Amino acid sequence: MELDQNRLIEMYRRLLRIRIFEETVVTLQSKGEFPGAAHTSIGQEGEIVGACMALRDDDYMIGNHRSHGHPIGKGADLRGLMAEVLGRKTGVDHGKGGSMHLADFKIGSLGETSIVGSGIPVAVGAALGSKMMGTDRVCLCFFGDGAANEGAFHEGLNLAAVWKLPAIFLCENNLYAATTPAALTLAVKDVATRAQAYNMPGVIVDGQDAVAVFGVVSEAVRRARTGQGPSLIEAKTYRYLEHAVGLAVARGAYRTDEEIAQWKKRDPIDIHRSALITNRVAGEQEVIEIEAQVRAEVEAAVQYARQSAFPDAAEAFDNVYSNPIPITR
Amino acid sequence: MREITFLQAIQEAQREEMRRDSHVFIMGEDLRTNLFGATGGFVQEFGLERILSTPLSENGFTGAAAGAAMVGMRPIVDYTIAPFMYCAMDQLVSIIAKSTYLYGGQAKLPLVLRAPMFYGRSTAAQHSDRPHPIFMTIPGLKIILPSNAYDMKGLLKTAVRDDDPVISFEDSTVWGHRCAVPEEEYLIPLGEADVKRTGSDVTVVAFGGMVPHALAAANELAAENISVEVVDPRSLVPLDKETILTSVKKTGRLVAVDMAHRTCSAASEILAIVAEEALWDLKAPLVRVTTPDTHIPFSPPMEKALFPNKDKIITAIRQTLE
Repeated sequence: MELDQNRLIEMYRRLLRIRIFEETVVTLQSKGEFPGAAHTSIGQEGEIVGACMALRDDDYMIGNHRSHGHPIGKGADLRGLMAEVLGRKTGVDHGKGGSMHLADFKIGSLGETSIVGSGIPVAVGAALGSKMMGTDRVCLCFFGDGAANEGAFHEGLNLAAVWKLPAIFLCENNLYAATTPAALTLAVKDVATRAQAYNMPGVIVDGQDAVAVFGVVSEAVRRARTGQGPSLIEAKTYRYLEHAVGLAVARGAYRTDEEIAQWKKRDPIDIHRSALITNRVAGEQEVIEIEAQVRAEVEAAVQYARQSAFPDAAEAFDNVYSNPIPITR
Repeated sequence: MREITFLQAIQEAQREEMRRDSHVFIMGEDLRTNLFGATGGFVQEFGLERILSTPLSENGFTGAAAGAAMVGMRPIVDYTIAPFMYCAMDQLVSIIAKSTYLYGGQAKLPLVLRAPMFYGRSTAAQHSDRPHPIFMTIPGLKIILPSNAYDMKGLLKTAVRDDDPVISFEDSTVWGHRCAVPEEEYLIPLGEADVKRTGSDVTVVAFGGMVPHALAAANELAAENISVEVVDPRSLVPLDKETILTSVKKTGRLVAVDMAHRTCSAASEILAIVAEEALWDLKAPLVRVTTPDTHIPFSPPMEKALFPNKDKIITAIRQTLE
């Protein structure tokens, strides 16, 4: 898959979609419209979009509680996502899942699961299913540095390697699991090192550079699709906001303002915008227009959500089963 | 009609469903050598691609089964022995029981999770679990717990074709029981109890390996003109409470037998349902016969004294007739 002009511009569009969606979510939460915790991906857009755009529309993707960016990166319609995080019946999960559990099976987003690490074995399974059904679909799994210490990570990678499955394990290492530094809990410096234990390639990439991530993930996708098995990729990235917006964490409790400021100098949106302009893929005016379009798109998604009804109370009993069995005797 | 054993019934059900639908496959430990007798000849017939011998990674391969199911396969996961499911609790509860719901119906998880239960054979505390009550309280799962070869085959085939996760707890104390099983295809729906013996004085609800003990108790008491009705729920989720209530309203007495530990047993749930919905029809207090709330010891005389048996059921029945 090439990154031609159109795809590079689409990349910018998706980076902006995530950023503006997330900033809007923060505002909606402060107004009390957004229920529950908001785990934002602001700062991580580069690795999300770079990875997602290396996938085909019919490839599978699984992610985690920091869930909004992943389906947006894979091309989901913003309206269904916004309606879901605002608890409406028109949401992708009909209000059942919410912010931590977005899913859009139509575009291969098989669900964002919020128990850390739990998506990894499921991704192994999607890859297994693909291989057994004889398709060439791959499955990409997003997880964080914290998940790299869960048993599920180790069991999952070993399984994928032993069965030579078309899986791509992408660790979004943003240096912290909530407030716990990876430096204090990871026995190795880089998560990618663990690939050796499972006999698969382990690659480190600058998560703030969407194009670089695209390149590395594309190679892993190529390996997977040609039957050469799984890969582990570690994207070094950073989240600007807290683990969940609104968490009462004192400034400097676990990271410094200087560190945050340092990372903001390598903002993934800025990096991609500069590259578009420098490489004459898009002009200044075009870039401004794209941003305006994305803002309008996000605003339309908010309006769609606000105009949608909340689910009826009785809907709490729907979808427990695919095949509910009525007892007739 | 020919007779087969409970274990043969499992094999036949799996074999027939594997032949019928190429999306069905089996994963578990030691399947290739047919260590426990449920996959004899399967590798030769279906190949290594559909009989996956797994590493000792219960949480990992349970999740893999879930993911494969989500994209269109129909896995049968064989846990070898029920307590190994505990290693996979996160995948069983957070993913398998909840994904259809969480994602608003976008995910379908047509899984069968087979968990043989060993007890009464000196396998000691960690290998003698009867964990069906733990899973009964988690929405999103279905549970079958048959007592004989005929029910086992019909229910397991239905379970494979069901689009939801079904746990099949297989009581190894009835592995060897033989009964008539048709060669022609038949299915038994989930949520339908079976009255194994009609009677009029007392209802005994029993399932799995408890049914032979209940029937033996009923036969012995028949000599004293005590007429015992034995109701076998066959599936615990969904539970056919109507058949149980109809029986209790007729007899006015209930003894619920469960091989699980007493607290929060399936028997407890059955007693609660009857107390709520048939209290005024009762002629006697409700009685549970269960394994007590202690661990299962290794030494045979200590162990054998703990599980429900014919004599304990007879004692319980007499209690309701006092």
